[in-house]
Amino acid sequence: MAKVLMKGNEAIGEAAILAGCRFFFGYPITPQSELLEYMSLHLPKAGGTFLQAESEVAAINMVYGAAGCGARVMTGSSSPGIALKQEGISYIAGAELPCVIVNMMRGGPGLGSIQPAQSDYNQSTRGGGDGDYKLLVYAPASIQEMVDYVQISFDKADQYRNPVLIAGDGVLGQMMEPVEFSSQKATDLPAKDWATTGTDGKRAPNVINSLYLDAEELEKHNIHLSEKYAKMKENEQRWESVGIEGAELVIVAYGTTARIARSAMDNLNKQGRKIGLLRPITLWPYPEKAFEELDDATKHLLVVEMSMGQMIDDVRIVNEGKRKIDFVGRSGGVIPSTSLVEEKILEILERSE
Amino acid sequence: MAVIFERTKGLTPVSTHYCPGCTHGIIHRLVAEAMEELGVLDQAIGVAPVGCSVLAYKYFNCDMHEAAHGRAPAVATGIKRVWPDKFVFAYQGDGDLASIGTAEIVHAAHRSENISVVFVNNAIYGMTGGQMAPTTLVGQRTTTSPLGRDPKQAGFPLRISEMLATIPGATFIERVSVDTPANVRKAKRVIKRAFEIQLEGKGFALVEVLSTCPTNWGIEPTLALKWLRENMIPYYPLGNFRDATKEEVSDGQ
Repeated sequence: MAKVLMKGNEAIGEAAILAGCRFFFGYPITPQSELLEYMSLHLPKAGGTFLQAESEVAAINMVYGAAGCGARVMTGSSSPGIALKQEGISYIAGAELPCVIVNMMRGGPGLGSIQPAQSDYNQSTRGGGDGDYKLLVYAPASIQEMVDYVQISFDKADQYRNPVLIAGDGVLGQMMEPVEFSSQKATDLPAKDWATTGTDGKRAPNVINSLYLDAEELEKHNIHLSEKYAKMKENEQRWESVGIEGAELVIVAYGTTARIARSAMDNLNKQGRKIGLLRPITLWPYPEKAFEELDDATKHLLVVEMSMGQMIDDVRIVNEGKRKIDFVGRSGGVIPSTSLVEEKILEILERSE
Repeated sequence: MAVIFERTKGLTPVSTHYCPGCTHGIIHRLVAEAMEELGVLDQAIGVAPVGCSVLAYKYFNCDMHEAAHGRAPAVATGIKRVWPDKFVFAYQGDGDLASIGTAEIVHAAHRSENISVVFVNNAIYGMTGGQMAPTTLVGQRTTTSPLGRDPKQAGFPLRISEMLATIPGATFIERVSVDTPANVRKAKRVIKRAFEIQLEGKGFALVEVLSTCPTNWGIEPTLALKWLRENMIPYYPLGNFRDATKEEVSDGQ
């Protein structure tokens, strides 16, 4: 298939349709609305159903209902909208249903701004709603990667019976890039014999539920969930590393910020520095294994985020005090410049020389 | 010997957790019998609420989905959009539907979702221990209106059926009661009619069922039925508030 030039939000919609998504429930919010608009036109053409819900809360609960039927279903929103959806996301995780949620992050807290941000890292990776649960969280850095991960997200959601979150940002949602739709579908997904389809008089009723009134039963369920998350931790960590061998400093950044960091890295390496980049693709499970690849020569880690510093906590956890960690970032919808990152790197290296 | 009464296949053969004298049991049976008689049990997907009937998924003998508080109409919407040919119903109480879930019920009616909703109104929050609901009557004592509901402070009780009947998409809205055997039989006919509307593809139908809560009202079951009759029915009159299947113009024009 030839490459086409597409806006990020629309490319996600097309990728979802190609991945077999036939139900989309959403609510307008900047900078994600083009996904909603794209689905309203194109999903019905593919035989699917688009519904603009009365609220973010209703949209995620419609997803909950459709996911319980075994349908491939998606919703999308942006930061404050995702906050509203957390109730439903927790129920979906508790009832172990597959679905894909897209968050085109914008500045917060509160109503915040409509410009790009990464300040939902904690909301994305710590569950987000009530209870002990995790989402599988992908943070693509280009529209092509976003498109590829839509297919992967639906497949992984089915494989693990777990909601999957695609954590983009206002940049990835709004910009245009050439993309190719050529994702490979998973072929060995489990049958959805748990779905509510009507018994047809052939089996006992199926019940979709997250309520366990008996404390011991709920604990058993939570242990089952954490065993599932342990499997995800073992098998689903993804990252990209560039130039980490012999690097004196490695930048840790994801999504749009990783591209800015990459430019800063290239500029400094042209000047004779040895800077590497570690780009988490999964935010949960956090790519801890990536840090095992780091060189003994690397004494510094620089975390770059479009927030006041959220992922840095995970870097601190995995680093276990081995290397010095610094942070640079912009927030509120301001995009960090390459020169800001370069200046910070030089400041760190000069300080330690 | 001739069998004159049997347990409906629409209910699972278990004891319910409902308090003695609570009318949820009767309403469950009416819903289950209606589904059985219409032959939709094996094509049915029910949505249970949060509240006293939170465990309804254990009692209805069909596929069930347990929703978050107030969200049953949204969950039912998701289900119905996936399975337009299956029978989808939501069973909700007054805390669930008339308070935390008003947006979801209004908009399910507004879209005329082709679903059936059974709305059980007992004028109180039962499961959490008898707090005031939007449907609690003026002067009624609850654990959060210990001196009786004061409309200056808490507003007047919300008449959900009358409100929903103003929505163009609400195809069928009727209020019934289960305080007497005659009213129970009437309620069954109305619930069955609401279900038929879905099977005919005619859109959103809701039956409000006035119900008792002897435990939290603090009166014995027979007196609770009398209290319902003497206090609830005057404020919440029984009858049909909308039947668009009988109207010439059904789009609110």
